[in-house]
Amino acid sequence: MVETRYGKAINQALHDALAADPSVILFGEDVGEAGGPFKATRGLQEAFGAERVRDTPISEAAIAGMAVGAALSGLKPVAEIMFMDFVTLAMDQLVNQAAKARFMFGGRNSVPMVLRTPHGGGLSAGPQHSQCLEAWLAHIPGLKVVCPATPADAYGLLRAAIDDPDPVVVVENKALYALKGEIDDSPAAVPIGRARIARPGRDATVVTYGAALHTALQAADALAGDGVDVEVIDLRSLQPWDEAAVLASLSRTHRLVVLHEAVEAFGIGAEIAARMADVGFDELDAPIVRVGAPFMPVPFAGALEKAYLPAAADVVAAVRRTLE
Amino acid sequence: MAREPKNDPTDRLLSLYEGMLTIRQAEERLKALFADGEVPGFIHLSIGQEAVPVGISASLGPADTVASNHRGHGHALAKGIDLDGFFAEIMGRDSGLCRGRGGSMHVADVSIGMLGANGIVGAGLPITLGSALAHKTRGTDAVAVAYFGDGALAEGVLHECLNIAALWALPMLFACENNGWSEFSPTDRQMKASLKDLAAAFSIPHVEVDGNDVEAVEAAAAECIAALRRGDGPRVLECRTTRVRGHFEGDRQDYRSPDELAGLAATDPIARCRARLAELGVDANRIDAIAEAIDRRVEQAVANARGAPEPSFAAAAADVYTAAEG
Ligand SMILES: Cc1ncc(C[n+]2csc(CCOP(=O)(O)OP(=O)(O)O)c2C)c(N)n1
Ligand SMILES: [Mg+2]
Repeated sequence: MVETRYGKAINQALHDALAADPSVILFGEDVGEAGGPFKATRGLQEAFGAERVRDTPISEAAIAGMAVGAALSGLKPVAEIMFMDFVTLAMDQLVNQAAKARFMFGGRNSVPMVLRTPHGGGLSAGPQHSQCLEAWLAHIPGLKVVCPATPADAYGLLRAAIDDPDPVVVVENKALYALKGEIDDSPAAVPIGRARIARPGRDATVVTYGAALHTALQAADALAGDGVDVEVIDLRSLQPWDEAAVLASLSRTHRLVVLHEAVEAFGIGAEIAARMADVGFDELDAPIVRVGAPFMPVPFAGALEKAYLPAAADVVAAVRRTLE
Repeated sequence: MAREPKNDPTDRLLSLYEGMLTIRQAEERLKALFADGEVPGFIHLSIGQEAVPVGISASLGPADTVASNHRGHGHALAKGIDLDGFFAEIMGRDSGLCRGRGGSMHVADVSIGMLGANGIVGAGLPITLGSALAHKTRGTDAVAVAYFGDGALAEGVLHECLNIAALWALPMLFACENNGWSEFSPTDRQMKASLKDLAAAFSIPHVEVDGNDVEAVEAAAAECIAALRRGDGPRVLECRTTRVRGHFEGDRQDYRSPDELAGLAATDPIARCRARLAELGVDANRIDAIAEAIDRRVEQAVANARGAPEPSFAAAAADVYTAAEG
């Protein structure tokens, strides 16, 4: 085990993938010489050349479309969209092209592309540089969506995404790039679609992903002080998501809270709650409670954004509701 | 169709004629099948525009890639797509190239470099760009062709693609079929700039050609594609052509003037090619034999499609993602 950072783990995953497979290429805005807006691609152009690590113009639709075309023509492109807010400009290619190609082509071809993009608030980046839009993409048949919460998963999920024959959107969190964590000396891919028990517990389950994992763990610590033993599940993959792991945890604790940084309404949490209310109905001793951002754009000012983002106290309150 | 390069000028022209006629007869058959309710959904015919893909495809090989638009039957057939799979797809059968999941607007066969027709105006352009990037990155001399209409000039993504193709000197041919129409509106009411202006803005050589003259298209495309293979960067080939039918089958075309409609037949690239063949002294029987042979192949494809099973829902559901190994 070595200690690394989330951003460095991404860099290492890209480095290892480029080294392992000559068909892997990277492109995006400022990913080359500048090393990426968050430095995730630092040094890669130097190591692998400007043909394989390309700076693109500010052309998100073309970036996403090029990934589709390159993937259909023998490469494994890893494209970057600088902020998740900008996927709005790439949506046709993601939703109408990448997601449907395999199906539309009668299953004869797949689209082995990866799109990396950071979401999340907490940096006073304002309403157009902070959104968590992953539920949109998870709603589209044909796309896969993963969202790592730790450096180890940032490495492992990205490697899995690049190896995957289908289009995978890797949603990173801007606030996590500097996060430290342990990673194997020679780390492996993390299978897409498998959750992880981040903290075992008996009394209630909190299901979450991405940066909210750390909020959930704080809440679990706080509740432990009061004798409430919370299990925290880190989904890691959102599409497909690990229904079996969530159901298994619910079957042990009989209480479920779903937490995410994204807007609560019509979100990933709504899907999980609806499924568990169905397949887990007999296991539930309390209503399923969702914790997410309020139904408003992400605000800029520090005080506003602090009030906006789901906090550990919100999770504590939600868990207490399930124990009432 | 994938024709061998012919050296004899008459043989070459005959081969172009056959290519155009294959598209024409296939589409005439689709037109009838549509009218009879055997083709569901809606179809956009390229009748009158056949010279463009046939002229261009004469310079393409199996490693080259094309992406197309909603009016894509000719692009696919000229690239050499299988006629049985083509009809079966458009008739919604399991033996269709896309197993009945795409239909007319999504005919594709990646194995022969046909990256798909497309229901989204302009969407084939960045896909072609990525394909051209792959050809260049892999160090082959393959080229990528995007077929698009004049209506796509107003889509922002075209401008992104022109810029990137020029910036990176990608082997991409921007093949515009300028038929003057964007659905039910004349394109000159939608675009201020011409494609020539746009190409110049991005420093891309622009070639304009009579898109109803297959020999002219072939010659212009051959030069453009040779430049792409040399690594000279992208080319814009603007083919002036004529949409003879409505935007889609069933479109009554009330918005076109009687004069325009009356003049359409005179633009027919196939009739022109036939006249040239006669000038070259090709026997009429020999020309007619081509039509008969195509007719037999088309009828066989239709019969095969009719006899093919309906698509499997379970197989469709299983193809949303690649099956996990093991
Ligand atoms: C993004 C998008 N906008 C609008 C449409 C509807 N539409 C389909 S074809 C078309 C006109 C396209 O004109 P052009 O590109 O010149 O092709 P043509 O039909 O003339 O061959 C329109 C507006 C669409 N399919 N996709
Ligand atoms: Mg047009």
